[in-house]
Amino acid sequence: MENRRVRTGKHFMMGNVACAEGAVAAGCEFAAGYPITPASEIGHTLAKRLLEVGGYFFQTEDEISAICAGIGASWTGKKVFVPTSGPGISLMLENIGFAVGIETPVVLVNIQRGGPTTGAPSMGLQGDMVQPRRGSHGDYEIIALCPSSPQEMFDHTVRAFNLAERYRAPVFVMADAFIGHMREEVTIPEPDELDLTYRRILEKGTDPSTVKVFLDEEVAPMPIFGMGFKTHVTSSCHDEYGNRNLIDPTALDNFIQRLRNKILKHRDEIVQVECDYDNCELALVAYGAVARCAKEAVRVARSKGLNVGYFRVITAWPFPDREVQDLSHKVKKILVLENNSGQYYPYVKAEAAGRAEVEFLPPQILGQVHGLDYVVQKIEEMLR
Amino acid sequence: MSSVEHPLRKYLRPSVEATTFCPGCGDGTVLTSILQAIDELGMTMDDFVFVSGIGCAAWIISPNFNADVLHTTHGRPIAFATGIKLNLPEKKVMVVSGDGDLTAIGGNHLIHAARRNIEMVVICANNGIYGMTGGQVAPTTPREARTITTPYGSLENTFDISRMVQASGASFVARWTTYQPRQLTKSIKKAIQKKGFAFIEVISQCPVQFGAKTGAGSAVEMLEMYRKSSISVKKAVEMSPQEIEDKIVTGEFIDTAKPELCEEIARLKERIRGEG
Amino acid sequence: MRTDLIIAGVGGQGSLMAGTLLGTAAVVFDNKKALQTQSYSSELRGGAAVTWVIVSDEEITYPRVVHPDILIAQAPQAIVRYLSQLKPGGILIVDSDMIKDPPRNGYELIQVPATSIASKEIGNSIVTNLVVLGALIGATQVVSPDAVEKAIHISVPKSKVDMNIKAFHRGLEHAPK
Repeated sequence: MENRRVRTGKHFMMGNVACAEGAVAAGCEFAAGYPITPASEIGHTLAKRLLEVGGYFFQTEDEISAICAGIGASWTGKKVFVPTSGPGISLMLENIGFAVGIETPVVLVNIQRGGPTTGAPSMGLQGDMVQPRRGSHGDYEIIALCPSSPQEMFDHTVRAFNLAERYRAPVFVMADAFIGHMREEVTIPEPDELDLTYRRILEKGTDPSTVKVFLDEEVAPMPIFGMGFKTHVTSSCHDEYGNRNLIDPTALDNFIQRLRNKILKHRDEIVQVECDYDNCELALVAYGAVARCAKEAVRVARSKGLNVGYFRVITAWPFPDREVQDLSHKVKKILVLENNSGQYYPYVKAEAAGRAEVEFLPPQILGQVHGLDYVVQKIEEMLR
Repeated sequence: MSSVEHPLRKYLRPSVEATTFCPGCGDGTVLTSILQAIDELGMTMDDFVFVSGIGCAAWIISPNFNADVLHTTHGRPIAFATGIKLNLPEKKVMVVSGDGDLTAIGGNHLIHAARRNIEMVVICANNGIYGMTGGQVAPTTPREARTITTPYGSLENTFDISRMVQASGASFVARWTTYQPRQLTKSIKKAIQKKGFAFIEVISQCPVQFGAKTGAGSAVEMLEMYRKSSISVKKAVEMSPQEIEDKIVTGEFIDTAKPELCEEIARLKERIRGEG
Repeated sequence: MRTDLIIAGVGGQGSLMAGTLLGTAAVVFDNKKALQTQSYSSELRGGAAVTWVIVSDEEITYPRVVHPDILIAQAPQAIVRYLSQLKPGGILIVDSDMIKDPPRNGYELIQVPATSIASKEIGNSIVTNLVVLGALIGATQVVSPDAVEKAIHISVPKSKVDMNIKAFHRGLEHAPK
């Protein structure tokens, strides 16, 4: 049975299918979702694959129910997946904040589509990049990864599960319709080659009122349901033992700061970037499918003798602040490429302020990854 | 001095010293009836996972019950409870929340959980108003009643929650008032033992908001009104709609057996294992 | 060596499936790299359908097809939309049952009566895409015929394999040598 979890081998596979296979390979036992273009193939794959391995894909009445059922399932100790697209995330946001607040491992994927509103469902736009970071109300940190190929749809989904389990937190995979519907080579390793993380669970027989089971910056063991812990889990401001406290100002401060620090203190284990800008005058910054365009543009520009480098954001959140600082020390100019009108750009610009000059280049047509010549021409202009 | 402990105290979290209910609130009766039912069935709190939403009634279980308790976001407890039940089918999952939480903001989840007939007990404390937020009109507020947001009286029709849940496909539906705690306890016992979606509506007094704003009066006056206005389901069948209009129809509306979702899923998994 | 292709038609003609078979053949059986993207309208049958395929001996970095080396047109709209993007000297393959008088200037034109071959000779118009794919492989060897056959075996229901392979062979035979 367990071997059926991992479809080892080389495939010509759609990104969305690779994402679903990544979830199953990572040990996902429960997924919940509502039909939505361009993410539906993930649910289609999971509906069959999860039953094959003894799990279940639950099609809910709406996306709010999907994230809630997912959080409930996670509190039974299961690895949980909630795939959707931007409009679905919009509906889920309140409860994504809930998952942050009660420290629930859950993996979400947003196959971003062209918005605002209904927009163009089958067109890919990196239009929701700040949504996971700031979409839910309140003050919190989030983890978000940016795959740029179907292979990475598999790899990043597996890693998202590992991070969610490690930090007892929601983790986003931020893909888009272009990557989600892209087919490419996907090599799935042998089951024993997968490095999988499982959450720490409170030792059976422990009384959670005597042990910190929340708000531990080093990540508390999870007092999951059904084991006799008698855990009190509340969306309200609470202390390390789950006791509600709506009176003391210090309680709220503690609640917010510890949840943030749980992520920020471990940012070195979470943040990944790909760098190739040593001794360069200019560097392109990009993520997702656009990063492939940036990489090729750099290759072409270098062949023309231009001194240009490359910085690929793999972990969008927490923001790779130190990495961007290093970049801005070493290059004079930065060009941010995104398939949107400049969502991640202000963060890069703020981090590089006073050191490097930062410009933004949208695609010629929003929703269509930048043309190669167009980017190379911009590089030439900036280095003139 | 010998200390005598209330027989149901053992089900409450040791750290709990007082509830958050206002004086005269019906939620205490709901709390007691649930614990009484569990006690009479000889079950323990470890047999349960309790889930609530937002509002006064959500605090019946949170933090009071010494059990696995998930206090969630507004309107969503049934959605969370569904995720828990699908993954812990051997546990009893009970949702306790208010009418605003379960039928206004969370109405869609209630309808679909009943339609799926997933085994779960949902207890809705219906006080006909938003209490915690200041006495606003609810879908359950009587027509023409004055609330803080209907200063000239409500213009909207009143939700008949129990009939809606029954029509959606629940296996067990009952309605009682807080004046009928014995009947209520008996129905909760049946609901806990039901293989299917079981819903209990408890008409519960909120003297502070509903009583004061609508003129229904004190807790005692409201309980007196419940006593006078309640008629049984059987009796209601023989009465005209006009005669029923100002009555509270109480009793068990449906108690039936039909396929339950978790059992169906388990059967399907068994079949797939066999084929594989 | 990188080859960029567009396969375009209307929903239901199997343009996307032809692209997936091509990519599967390249990646799984020919040890090449391939990348496929697609677009389709909301109506699943009858609307515009197009797929972009890149086949390469090396790692594919830039993921878009801007100026294809090869355009396969299964419907007149495909000519209107995509012919202007075809590289000078590129190859245009058309289903001559659907496109009567294709423009002839500046590229190599291959005409295949794919729809009539599929419906009359094979007995099912559903395999029109395989006739077209056969013509492509016969004319260009972008992947090996053997790899496509293997791709068919792992991609279509068992009962339909023979019909698909037969259609693919008829396309191969029809290609100019």
